[in-house]
Amino acid sequence: MTDEYEHYEAVVVGGGPGGAAAAATLARNDVETLVLERGVEAGSKNVTGGLVYAEESAPYTIDGLFPDFREEAAERPVTDYYLHNVAGEKVKTFDISDLHDHDTEWADAVLRRKMDSWVADRVHEIASETGGGLLTDVRVNGLLREDGEIVGVTCDELDPIRADFVVAADGVNSELARDAGLMDWEDPDEWFQGVKAVVDVPPEVIAERFDIDDDEGEAHLFSGDLFEDVRGGGFVYTNEDSLSIGTVFHLDSLVAEEAEPHELLDSLLTHPLMANWLEGHYDEVEYSAKLVPDSKKAAHPSPHDGRLVLVGDAAGQMQAQGPIIKGMNHAVTAGALAGEAFAEARMRNDPESVGDLYERKLRDEGLMAKLRPSGYRLASALGEHAPVTALTDSVLTSGVGRAAVGLLGDRLESLYSSPTLSQIVPDTRTPYVTMPTVIAEELGERVEGEADYEPKSLLDRIGDLTYDTDVGNPHIRLRDASAEASGAAVSACPVSAHDFGGGCYREETVETNGDEETIISLDTQPCVECGTCAVVADTEWEHPRGGKGVEFKQG
Amino acid sequence: MHSVVLTKGVPDFREGKVSFDEDGHLERGATPTVMNPNDEFALQAALQTKVKRGGRVSVMSMGPPGYESVLEEAMGVYADDCYLLSDREMAAADTWATAITLSAGIEKIGDPDLVIAGFKTADGETGQTGPQTAWCLDRPIVTHVIAMEVDEDAGTLRAKRLVEGDVDEIETVEAPLPAFVVTDPEFDTSYRRAEHRLRHKQLKAETEARAENYEDHLTSWSAEELELDPDFIGLDGSPTIVSAVDPIPKAPSEREATMVEPDDSEGMGEVLETMRPLAGGD
Ligand SMILES: Cc1cc2nc3c(=O)[nH]c(=O)nc-3n(C[C@H](O)[C@H](O)[C@H](O)COP(=O)(O)OP(=O)(O)OC[C@H]3O[C@@H](n4cnc5c(N)ncnc54)[C@H](O)[C@@H]3O)c2cc1C
Ligand code: SF4
Repeated sequence: MTDEYEHYEAVVVGGGPGGAAAAATLARNDVETLVLERGVEAGSKNVTGGLVYAEESAPYTIDGLFPDFREEAAERPVTDYYLHNVAGEKVKTFDISDLHDHDTEWADAVLRRKMDSWVADRVHEIASETGGGLLTDVRVNGLLREDGEIVGVTCDELDPIRADFVVAADGVNSELARDAGLMDWEDPDEWFQGVKAVVDVPPEVIAERFDIDDDEGEAHLFSGDLFEDVRGGGFVYTNEDSLSIGTVFHLDSLVAEEAEPHELLDSLLTHPLMANWLEGHYDEVEYSAKLVPDSKKAAHPSPHDGRLVLVGDAAGQMQAQGPIIKGMNHAVTAGALAGEAFAEARMRNDPESVGDLYERKLRDEGLMAKLRPSGYRLASALGEHAPVTALTDSVLTSGVGRAAVGLLGDRLESLYSSPTLSQIVPDTRTPYVTMPTVIAEELGERVEGEADYEPKSLLDRIGDLTYDTDVGNPHIRLRDASAEASGAAVSACPVSAHDFGGGCYREETVETNGDEETIISLDTQPCVECGTCAVVADTEWEHPRGGKGVEFKQG
Repeated sequence: MHSVVLTKGVPDFREGKVSFDEDGHLERGATPTVMNPNDEFALQAALQTKVKRGGRVSVMSMGPPGYESVLEEAMGVYADDCYLLSDREMAAADTWATAITLSAGIEKIGDPDLVIAGFKTADGETGQTGPQTAWCLDRPIVTHVIAMEVDEDAGTLRAKRLVEGDVDEIETVEAPLPAFVVTDPEFDTSYRRAEHRLRHKQLKAETEARAENYEDHLTSWSAEELELDPDFIGLDGSPTIVSAVDPIPKAPSEREATMVEPDDSEGMGEVLETMRPLAGGD
């Protein structure tokens, strides 16, 4: 029995697109690479909308790294892209395919269980050649340090492992980025919360209702008043035999409005447009959620420390380009650049330079400019002031604004399709709620249709998920159970709600010395590991041990 | 490093698989045969040794030709090759006659460093076959093993075993190789080194592919090929006489019961009142 720690040249934490790209690039450069993934299978912990983009300007694409990706791991390509401005039953639809096509070689819808597990098999094959490989069911729980330097990782299931290079590609709730002090969980306005339902729909019904062939697919976005005043929007993407229907909202806005995420999803699910698509075929098979970083605020300009680099969501590299969300493609680029950086640093016999090299590549390859566009900083300095928002909102909703919208008419469509404009729209109510509502009211047409189904209850949604509960070992602990510190989680947690006893967070009234006090209680069993309460409540937040917790079948 | 794992086919006692006749006797014909569940741990122990030290794992069973499916199942867990000792003469053997047959098979394979058996079988429940086979082979035996390490250079086996089958009392013992091991169902099958998990993953993929064509890796030996004296094997070689098998009477299933719905608060109150004295509370 040896007590010597194992050593690998590179350890990659996380088997999502960022980790896969990093590992494949490292291994192809003959770097001995070990990938550690906490799920029972790669993809079983992951949620996306989602469209994988291959950008013309990007140095790497996922099918470039993994040939046959589109045939084997993806669903339908997006051949048409629409934005629906909604005011009640009135809808004004813009064809924003131009915005979508800008810099796009292709974009495919994906389901993460299928995608990640296929990619992980390829990664394992490539990494095995170097003496490494990919292991599932292993949760990395921290960084191994010696004399203050990062020298490897520690895990729940394995003895500590030394590495010359550590890639934290562990996603939006990266424990390693926090351990390294590079990221925090403080500001709700740096995050979005994504919630999704996968609804099984037979391919022939998809073909008929969307009027598309087998090799075609559509993307539909929704904004306006169907989500009350919460800033964000909805999406529908066509898969081979299902639809991905979901919402993405600014977390600070969700909290401020005390909105219930599942109810916002239900508003989308029952909108007349949706009712027409789903009539007779509402078979919801999976409910899921995950935080999404907003690169404009969260992308770390210098995501490295010694031998550690952060890649993808772990570094906040998730771009919301107006309504278009690009996280997976950027994670791929960043991962591959990190791999390149280490291979080069090693060749120069200067492994310590890897972090700086990676940072330079993120800049030189144009990724940093997409993640933190300079135009946004200018526009937001002005545009995100509340008085300015109130002013633009009142002008827009006034007779003058409405007349302007009416006059602009279909020219609005091309304005909405401007890639530059879409990068710099401020994060206020105006572009998300007010503008689309006014557009729909002024230019929209009434859509007939009523849902012949009831959206699934939260209880059923939780009940239909697969969990391997780590009994007696909860992965989240409440540090402060007061309503002030942690009460926001009751509504913001996607599997909790006011007046619902079956979720994670609950409000309880206790009597102490005759005084009534509201305290918050937590049961992590139904948790979908989205990360929301790490930000909006006072918690000690960790992922469950390897293989434990929720297991998504679709993702 | 060569390990031979002994396995036996047993009736599948799982709910929905097993059939009993009216008298409570097992209906062998209607009940599928599966690998004895405890033998999984013996295979895992052999696989673990291979993961850490390399070498070869063989699996061996004595039984009718129908047992091939059991070997296929065993190969799905892990085996490089498998051996079936099958002959009409071997039928109806007790544990002693089985031990003689198995030890002949093991000697014919060669002189493996380790022979590993699972804890008692799900049908006979005697737990005798392992120790008796060890005795026939004249090997040291370590039972109730929950973890082990082989040191080929030193020619030793170091094992942790449960004393009296009690999880709270564990002793570490050392035995010279070649040795005989009986694994406990508490056997620790986890790996704490990534290199071991990677090798395990690779070996699992290989064995699952092999199990699909297990016949290509199967050797069958008859009594004659094993040079066994018919008087010492099968029914003739079995000193055990089973005089009768009595079904254990079923517990009376009909009790006086009152059904109370969870939202019937009055009814639930009565339940609480009834239970209060039993709980020792007041
Ligand atoms: C609702 C929603 C819609 C979205 N829509 C889109 C879209 O349309 N297009 C798009 O490009 N992006 C979209 N995104 C964002 C996109 O999903 C992410 O940006 C992308 O998945 C990030 O990839 P990653 O490799 O950095 O992290 P992830 O894909 O999150 O992968 C991280 C991996 O690390 C593993 N892991 C985490 N912690 C540990 C640990 N401690 N030990 C071991 N393993 C660990 C996880 O299990 C996971 O496999 C959307 C996100 C959501 C939630
Ligand atoms: S408990 Fe926290 S991490 Fe889990 S689902 Fe709710 S908000 Fe998300």
